[in-house]
Amino acid sequence: MGKVMLEVRNLKTKYVTRFHEDVYAVDGVSFAIEEGKSLGIAGESGCGKSTLALSMMGYYFPPLHYMSGDIIIDGQNISGMDPDTVRKTILGSEIAYIPQAAMNALNPTQKIIRFLEDVIHAHDPKKSKKEIREMAEARFAEVGLPLEALDKHAVELSGGMKQRTVIAVSTILNPKVLIADEPSSALDVTSQKLVIKMMRELMEKGHVKSMLFITHELPLLYNVTDDIMVMYAGQIVEKGSAKEMVFDPVHPYSHGLMGSILVPEEGTRGHKLAAIPGAPPNLKRPPDGCRFAERCKYATADCRYTSIPEKPFGDGRMYRCVKSLDELKEVYSHE
Amino acid sequence: MNETARVQKDFTNAPLCLSGKGVTKIFGFGDKKTVAVDHVDFAFHEGEFVSIVGESGSGKTTLSKMLLGLSNATEGEIYFQGKLRDISSGHKKKEYWKGIQAIFQDPFSSFNTFQKIDTVLLDCINMRGGKGLSKQEKFDLMSEACHFVNLEFKELTNKYPFELSGGQMQRLMIARIFLLKPKILLADEPTSMVDACSRATILDMLLNLRDETGMTVIFITHDIGLAYYISDSVYIMEHGRFVEYGKADEVILHPQAAYTKRLISDVPKIHEEWDLSTVDLKADA
Repeated sequence: MGKVMLEVRNLKTKYVTRFHEDVYAVDGVSFAIEEGKSLGIAGESGCGKSTLALSMMGYYFPPLHYMSGDIIIDGQNISGMDPDTVRKTILGSEIAYIPQAAMNALNPTQKIIRFLEDVIHAHDPKKSKKEIREMAEARFAEVGLPLEALDKHAVELSGGMKQRTVIAVSTILNPKVLIADEPSSALDVTSQKLVIKMMRELMEKGHVKSMLFITHELPLLYNVTDDIMVMYAGQIVEKGSAKEMVFDPVHPYSHGLMGSILVPEEGTRGHKLAAIPGAPPNLKRPPDGCRFAERCKYATADCRYTSIPEKPFGDGRMYRCVKSLDELKEVYSHE
Repeated sequence: MNETARVQKDFTNAPLCLSGKGVTKIFGFGDKKTVAVDHVDFAFHEGEFVSIVGESGSGKTTLSKMLLGLSNATEGEIYFQGKLRDISSGHKKKEYWKGIQAIFQDPFSSFNTFQKIDTVLLDCINMRGGKGLSKQEKFDLMSEACHFVNLEFKELTNKYPFELSGGQMQRLMIARIFLLKPKILLADEPTSMVDACSRATILDMLLNLRDETGMTVIFITHDIGLAYYISDSVYIMEHGRFVEYGKADEVILHPQAAYTKRLISDVPKIHEEWDLSTVDLKADA
């Protein structure tokens, strides 16, 4: 067991709409990441993946509100901290975030070096420009970015290059946890490979201690992360190692999700894609019972009314379903 | 997984639906000349599911615009159902668009914001010569189209497109195609902006639509895994040229061109090791 870098305990956050209605987007999520490990989060649009990422930074701005739970980064509990302290001491140095739309994250009127100065000055106002440039050049050379990029504007870089620049900027202070929210969804396969390679290298060299990777592309998650969690309607429905999750999913939702994998390999052409019908529930009024019951092929009356606890099994795995493992195996074998 | 393997049909003897000879598009003049599409030849058969695969900037979208008649080819000829395509006047273009329709990448900008969904679907019925139908008949047609794409027409009446989610909008787009029943459907990355789960739904619908109406589907994508799953034949595009084309099984499982091999090796897979060691971070600089 390595040192636990990030621990989230029963985190609950909500959005408040214009009409003062609460939307419970993250509802009781707990997990931990050890040093040197990476964790992937999978799930469809609107299941709360990105909200979880935002909530974990401890930096809340409306309409997102904190309700309860703990976020512990390397022994330090950051939940309930003053936003200004969080910004000055936590963001960037303890926990770093790569947004989904990294293409638009860079201010078009400023040079790349200015972003680095911004990040470093927020934590250490005394650092001189020369020191910052040295730091930046060392890091850029290490991750294979051209040094000329430092003096360029964002529009002069290609999409893949912008994404890698954003990663370099947000990890300049060697954060303990890196949250990557769909960093490669907008890129083609070749640039995606470069981005992944760069993130791997940052981890291997110890600049980034642990990583949380969010995406809906399962083959990618399988190749990048050690463990995978599947999220549905604000809750985690299954957790396990990458291999177990892809080849032996237990929960009906993860089972359906794994059926939507598309890879250019022999034999994948014949089988039918398993699309899950319907849409996720409205989180203003989350269902009492299993949240997936409405769309589940195997749902019974039980599922809809009894709340379902997390059931641990095997080697650190967990799932959330009324049925037992044997019952689930039984229903899948009939397909 | 429910094993209902699709039948692999042979399309080599089917009549040609859309074909081109030496189609070229050049932007700019003199020193600033960019050849976006460079003398490509293609032949799409009736009822075939064709994929055009390439990276960003390989000229896929430029080609699709020429196929749709939205921009003129600098050189070369495009044949529609065996005859040379004529889109020289607005009237002829409208005639041509009865035969070819498109679904675009961004569902959010594909609809007129000021038109209600009823109007969108009614327009399609009118375009197919359904002006004289009774109100009830039109309603039935619209319900049928919505039912085909797993939407409930009753819930959509009096709504505007922006009230729907991205996946729903993309499905509504397919409902339009269902009503219009064109000879050719050109789909320009329709699944790149939706998640993996809605993607499966949309692909399933496109396949059903093809089987039901026998239309030709030209599917433009950068995801080679998706192209392999869905298509009968695949065209691989690099720098405005087709470097390889043929049946999906042949091209993807036994690639010949170096570019195709690289594209396939760059896709993360689940049964093989994803080789990151070949990536040179500095090569991109």
